[in-house]
Amino acid sequence: MKVGVIVFPGSNCDRDMFHVLTDVFNLKAQYFWHEKGLPKDLDAIVLPGGFSYGDRLRAGVIAAHSPVIKDVKKMAEKGTPVLGVCNGFQVLVESGLLPGVLLKNTSLNFMCQWTNLIVENNSTPFTNKLKLHQKIPIPIANGEGRYYVDESTLKQLKKKNQIVFRYEETVNGSLDKIAGVCNEDGNVVGMMPHPERATEPEINPIDHKPSSLIFESLIQKIGVKN
Amino acid sequence: MSLEEQELAHLKSKIKRNPTPTEIQIVAAEWSEHCSYKSSKKHLKMLPMTGPLVISEKGYDSGVLDVGDGYVVTVHIESHNHPSAVEPYGGAATGVGGVIRDILSAGTRPIAIFDGLRFGNIQKDQQARWLFKNAVSGIADYGNCLGIPTIGGEVEFDDCYENYALVDVAAIGFGKKERLIKNHANVGDVVVLLGGSTGRDGIGGSQFASDSLETEDRSAVQIPDPFIEKLIIEAILEARDAKLIHAMKDLGGGGLSCAISETADTLSIGIELDVNTIHTREPGMHPNEIMTSESQERMLIITSKSKLKKLQDICKKFSIKCSMIGVVKSNKMMHVKKGKKTFANLPTEIVANAPLLDRPSKKPRYLEKIKSDEKIKTPSNLSSVLLKLIGCPNIASRHWVYGQYDHEVGIRTVTKPGRDASVLRLDNEKFLSAKIDGNPKHCYLDPREGAIGCFEEACRNVVCTGATPIGMVDHLQFGNPEDPEIFWTFLESLKGLTDYAKEFKIPCVGGKVSFYNETPKGPIKPTPLIGVLGLIEKKNPQQEKISENDVLIIIGNTKNELGGSEYYEYIHNFIGGKCPAVDFHSSKQNMQFVLDAIKKNLVKQAHDCSKGGLAIAISELCIWNDIGCNVSINEVPSEKMTDDRILFSESHSRYLLVLDQKNLKEIENLLRTSKIPFGIIGKFKGDQMVFEKNKSVIDLRVDKAQKTWMNSLREMILHA
Repeated sequence: MKVGVIVFPGSNCDRDMFHVLTDVFNLKAQYFWHEKGLPKDLDAIVLPGGFSYGDRLRAGVIAAHSPVIKDVKKMAEKGTPVLGVCNGFQVLVESGLLPGVLLKNTSLNFMCQWTNLIVENNSTPFTNKLKLHQKIPIPIANGEGRYYVDESTLKQLKKKNQIVFRYEETVNGSLDKIAGVCNEDGNVVGMMPHPERATEPEINPIDHKPSSLIFESLIQKIGVKN
Repeated sequence: MSLEEQELAHLKSKIKRNPTPTEIQIVAAEWSEHCSYKSSKKHLKMLPMTGPLVISEKGYDSGVLDVGDGYVVTVHIESHNHPSAVEPYGGAATGVGGVIRDILSAGTRPIAIFDGLRFGNIQKDQQARWLFKNAVSGIADYGNCLGIPTIGGEVEFDDCYENYALVDVAAIGFGKKERLIKNHANVGDVVVLLGGSTGRDGIGGSQFASDSLETEDRSAVQIPDPFIEKLIIEAILEARDAKLIHAMKDLGGGGLSCAISETADTLSIGIELDVNTIHTREPGMHPNEIMTSESQERMLIITSKSKLKKLQDICKKFSIKCSMIGVVKSNKMMHVKKGKKTFANLPTEIVANAPLLDRPSKKPRYLEKIKSDEKIKTPSNLSSVLLKLIGCPNIASRHWVYGQYDHEVGIRTVTKPGRDASVLRLDNEKFLSAKIDGNPKHCYLDPREGAIGCFEEACRNVVCTGATPIGMVDHLQFGNPEDPEIFWTFLESLKGLTDYAKEFKIPCVGGKVSFYNETPKGPIKPTPLIGVLGLIEKKNPQQEKISENDVLIIIGNTKNELGGSEYYEYIHNFIGGKCPAVDFHSSKQNMQFVLDAIKKNLVKQAHDCSKGGLAIAISELCIWNDIGCNVSINEVPSEKMTDDRILFSESHSRYLLVLDQKNLKEIENLLRTSKIPFGIIGKFKGDQMVFEKNKSVIDLRVDKAQKTWMNSLREMILHA
């Protein structure tokens, strides 16, 4: 089972994600530079966090036009699980794979802190081992993480069960406290918080098990460990 | 910018001709105080710089320590005071960029940033708030974009920095020992300039930093671009792994002039370069400008002709420019051409070695007039004094600051910012603990004892995480060194640091001196800043949470030495008295005891007693752990003095230990055997902090203290 980690110029959580996939969860992972195409045998794709293109113009917007995104779109259409974290989430909304936009936080500052997520949809490839409304202690680290959609899209998101995670408390002004969403099919998930920073007890001062379930869900979805 | 008269004469006598205008610019940049350390170099040699873990190689801009199992840690500290005082955002950001490239140039990946920030009084001075806010944004935007966590630091406000700013940045790198760049060059190798373009920003920056800040010379401030820096980091680490780098140097103060002359001098080679081959930001730049521009995000690399193509391919992948600007010669000359025309041709040894100075020093007169503190009266309501201190700008939570820094990226941060020292996990199952500390209020009253105190405090912080100090970096910041009284304070601080470093066998692995830190009202207080690295051998340093009935012990003596304390300065508005002095014997004994106790798993938490004294240290434990504490002042081992002095004295070598009842006997026995002064001073319970001496002296609700501590700094910045 192989997971592709997409690397854009300015990605900076790629190595963290790779470490968690391989060293913590024993998955096979491979980096893919943004200019390259993706092999067809990938079982899942992760777009890690960072500052692709230095957040120039708008977070994620330039990366969304990278050659690799064409392949990500094709594979997403075929049902391959795709996870975008932080800047990866921003790239997914900018490329149209997920609805909505991510605006500057209401504090107008970059925010790095631990917070709690609430699971709102546990039928995606990244949440199937979590319980509905389960709490996940996890860190956020972003300047443009305030999720926003118009009212009619919000209704659609609710109707089609596309809200995957909410913050337990108002953190950055996100609409409806939304922290993560998925596409209609549920295989493409984007989230602002960083699960790769929360799966190891050494660096997670609260509880590393809930975040680990995000990766264990993926393993459940794409098959056995190798 | 130019050379001083006697320096020009010295240059002429050395090269036996008149220098060209370009040569004068190059030499003026390199011989500036900032680049040459001409005032301090003779004296800095007194610091011990070697030790069993220290790896020294030619031409490193950062210190290297062996942490075992084939791994090394690199560390460096820099300041960007002058630029930050004029343009805090860009000044602070480029300060981060510069120190990161020093870490990179050894061939290690930067894994952490620390920042020490000092400004005027933010409660009354709007400009101080503006400087503070923007310096923090500059560091945040730069470090966050690089994906290097800013995991610690300090923020201090003092009237002596009015209209000014001290922005110190330290960085830590990590890598495999075998991948360290062993700087070398062969004749015929090529010299490559990699990264950002050379523009008209930062011209003469090093000289700007070597003078008092009288005019706001904004063109001397560099412009930050963290995205390019991030690309440079990845490109260089890829080139390092492919063994494409013979020698490498960051372009910092003095730009190309310094990078070329210092590299050539260190490697005993000559370098011939053509300024036409340098990628510039705008056309028509004169060789003088090109040679002294301090445009950021540039690295100088020496490689062989055969490896050049591979290096260029890596740069192409990351879309960064890479120009071949010169070749390595055997003649030990620095030869600058534009096409065929020579603009400078100087022996590198002369350029890279400024004539050193022997500045006169004299004990400052102000030290004779330090006021006695005998008349300080105990305020009637110590509860409100404590609450005021908890919310004071130098003590309140720095959450507003580090909350803007990504301190988790890299997934190494075990102990997050805001505690005694920050702890990172390394790849060999060990942990690295680090802290920077300064204390200008103490150093003003006694430059020697103050500096030693900063050093000990940084050690104490690291020790509280269970780490043994393995190395230090110092950043010595003073006013104009031409003033003998200021130079005396520099020498005293340096001597103090040297004595402590020697006694404790902690090598100085890097440092920086920054002079000419003057405000319109005069020189800043002596501000040495000490960074200490500690190593934890394979034990998870996470601390256990305090619970009901846990016991509080203090070890170390509390003395009547409140000079420069936050209590005197913030509550009584009094500058004077005797500043705390470190007793080397107790320092060593107490440090070793705490390390042993942590190793034996006898303590739940260890916390250093420093700014604000015992009362603040206990309050912090209560605030962090959301629990109250009953403290008996009678049990505190101290000199005979009033309650307020016991509570707020900032005596050194003191630690608070929190333990489970069941370990009390063992700890007590160990302390008695080693004859360390200690007191079982309290018990954690409830939701009140109560300090009593026969009757209650302080009684404060924890939630009230928490609210004040968490919010006050943010309130001062946003709603003042």
